Amino acid sequence: MSHSAWIILIGSLVASSCGLVGCFLILRRMAMLGDAISHAILPGIVLAFLISHSTDGIVMLIGATIVGLLTAFFIQTLHASGVQSDAAIGVTFTALFSLGVVLVSLYTSRVHLDLQHVLYGEIAYAPWELVSFLGLELPKAVWMMGGVFALTLTVVGLLYKEIKLTSFDPQLATALGIPVVWIHYTLMGLVSMNTVAAFESVGAILVVAMLVIPGATAYLLTERLSFMLLLSLLFGVSSAAGGYLLAVLWDVSISGSMTTFALLQFVLSFLFAPRQGLLSKWVSYKMMQKVILQKDK
Amino acid sequence: MYMEFLVALFQDPNARWVITGCLLLGLSSGVLGCFALFRKYSLMGDAVAHAALPGICIAFMLYGSKSIGIFMLGATIAGLIGALCIGQISAYSKIKPDTSMAIILTGFFGVGIVLLTKISQSGKSSQSGLDAFLFGKAASLVGSDVEVISVVAFLLLAITLALFKELKLLCFDPQFGRGIGLPMGALNTLLMLMIVLAVVIGLQAVGVVLMAAMLIIPAVAARYWTEQLNGMVILSGVFGGLSGVLGTVLSAITPNLPTGPVIVLAATFIFLLSLFFAPERGLLAKAIRHLKLRQKIISENLLQSLYDLSEKDFLQDQSWKQGYTLDQLHQLRPDHKSTMLRYLQRLEAAGWVSSKGANWALTERGLQEAYSVTLNQRLYEMLLIYQARYGTLNLQEESRKVQDFVPETTLNELQGLLLDHQRKPQLTPFLEIRFDHPYQDHYNEAPTKGGDL
Repeated sequence: MSHSAWIILIGSLVASSCGLVGCFLILRRMAMLGDAISHAILPGIVLAFLISHSTDGIVMLIGATIVGLLTAFFIQTLHASGVQSDAAIGVTFTALFSLGVVLVSLYTSRVHLDLQHVLYGEIAYAPWELVSFLGLELPKAVWMMGGVFALTLTVVGLLYKEIKLTSFDPQLATALGIPVVWIHYTLMGLVSMNTVAAFESVGAILVVAMLVIPGATAYLLTERLSFMLLLSLLFGVSSAAGGYLLAVLWDVSISGSMTTFALLQFVLSFLFAPRQGLLSKWVSYKMMQKVILQKDK
Repeated sequence: MYMEFLVALFQDPNARWVITGCLLLGLSSGVLGCFALFRKYSLMGDAVAHAALPGICIAFMLYGSKSIGIFMLGATIAGLIGALCIGQISAYSKIKPDTSMAIILTGFFGVGIVLLTKISQSGKSSQSGLDAFLFGKAASLVGSDVEVISVVAFLLLAITLALFKELKLLCFDPQFGRGIGLPMGALNTLLMLMIVLAVVIGLQAVGVVLMAAMLIIPAVAARYWTEQLNGMVILSGVFGGLSGVLGTVLSAITPNLPTGPVIVLAATFIFLLSLFFAPERGLLAKAIRHLKLRQKIISENLLQSLYDLSEKDFLQDQSWKQGYTLDQLHQLRPDHKSTMLRYLQRLEAAGWVSSKGANWALTERGLQEAYSVTLNQRLYEMLLIYQARYGTLNLQEESRKVQDFVPETTLNELQGLLLDHQRKPQLTPFLEIRFDHPYQDHYNEAPTKGGDL
């Protein structure tokens, strides 16, 4: 497979996996949580590195997932003790991120683990890092993202009813005896895993963008959760492909242009969505005005 | 040794610049953070800080060289556009504010990265200047930077002071503000512009993410100590300034410690102190209140159980003076037996209960207490049974005695209802004023006798 095809495949895997989880974040009004977790796991990565002395993907994945869950737990606890939810997110992730930066600069100044690398990994280099597994030699990012995507798909598939109900009507879910808290932490675990697995290869900003933007684009186009999930996959994959083409065309950062392409799709959907779009709202407003004016005559 | 170092630090003009800069930064962002918190804009700082990137890049592309003034102008414009977009997206579609914040944050930042790579290819710049702008290099603040920071910070503080009343209204009751003819929309935009300006001057010192922290953490910490906006704003400013100075000094005396994150950690430390030790809202104070309430409830339950049992026997013979076993008490109001035993011993030490073998009996003093607890409890029962009639009374304050907050006429009615339901405590202590005489007359005049529900 060619270099471009690998990049588009990796981008699509990231977009699909993140988009799937992201839809639920949007519905639960926790969209900023993706941003928060992607920053907050920094100390987890540094600690995992300090303990294991390797930049091995799996170790980092475990360390970061644990810290990601801890972040979700801290946010929940602060919120429960009376702090406004957005402030709880803000306090937790900035504090953990600062801790991470301090740890990096105190203990890892002589090793290859700089902030640039952790936060702004570049997808362009991802296809060159090959890993052999089960007799197949594929880019490491494909293994990681493929695995996480499969896991996300399985969990969301198995718990679809439960996640749906807890997202739309947590009170009813509690009354029916569905473990709302566990579902919440399962989702948070998925978010942290997606974030970590993706950002080593493609950079944090693309992860956060893919968590939110395709889902929001889809949210404007449909009223059904199943369609929203499908559409967000579609928009994710299309922004991976379209973004790559743009990047080649302009010769700029690939993850940056994937994000830009996703934003472009959102703007189009915001303006021209058949029922929710600005244009159709304006048209129906004008028509309503006309009808009322005629009636008044 | 540290003292000498500190003295040297404060004498070094460069360090003084840095400290002054971070102090002013913390102060102004702390003050603005309070308003941001109440407008639910806490994460706006984060979003705006990221959204500023394309503005900086475009400013650089247009102007062609590094200049702090131009960068700040670009950042301010882009940040403000981002902030306004966030508001408009959620105003004109079903997308919630948090999602639109995340969209603008990542989308703008992505565009910024694209522009950044474009700039670095054109070879016009060393990217390091932009990097410093994004990640913050407080240690390299120089006099002219601090001048800019000071001017903007003082401007922000002055505007806040001048428009304090209006901003307060914007936070707590914007509808009312609109009603009395204040331009709330314009005021909201002004608040956003002020937040953007605070973020822009902070970017250079502490960087993107950590600037968001300076807007949130001091304000949240200050919220724990006071219920007044004035006090909270002052306190939040002090917390912000304090963490700015503390962080700068700490990072200066420790090698390899970056200033920005340490400032945030200092603020986090203040927040944690507030979270645990604030007098009213702190976790410790809450835990103590909870514990005291539990103690009170267990003791009162025991007294009441003893009273209930005693009252029953009193109506037949005098055997109540023999006391009752732990099992009997447990049957009436179950709790952990060990806990019950411990509290019985405590009551015995207070002289309210005496132990006779395995039995526990009320003393005369204890009977007085138990009588008043039981009377209060049964008056509550009546209040709850006739909630339709007494619903206007505030039943939340269960810590207080019914007699204290119920008007006298209602109290008399309740006493009458007690008689009707045969819930009047029968076993009266010698020293207690018996209520049958004075209240009997009122009972006869009371508008309704019980049982009409």
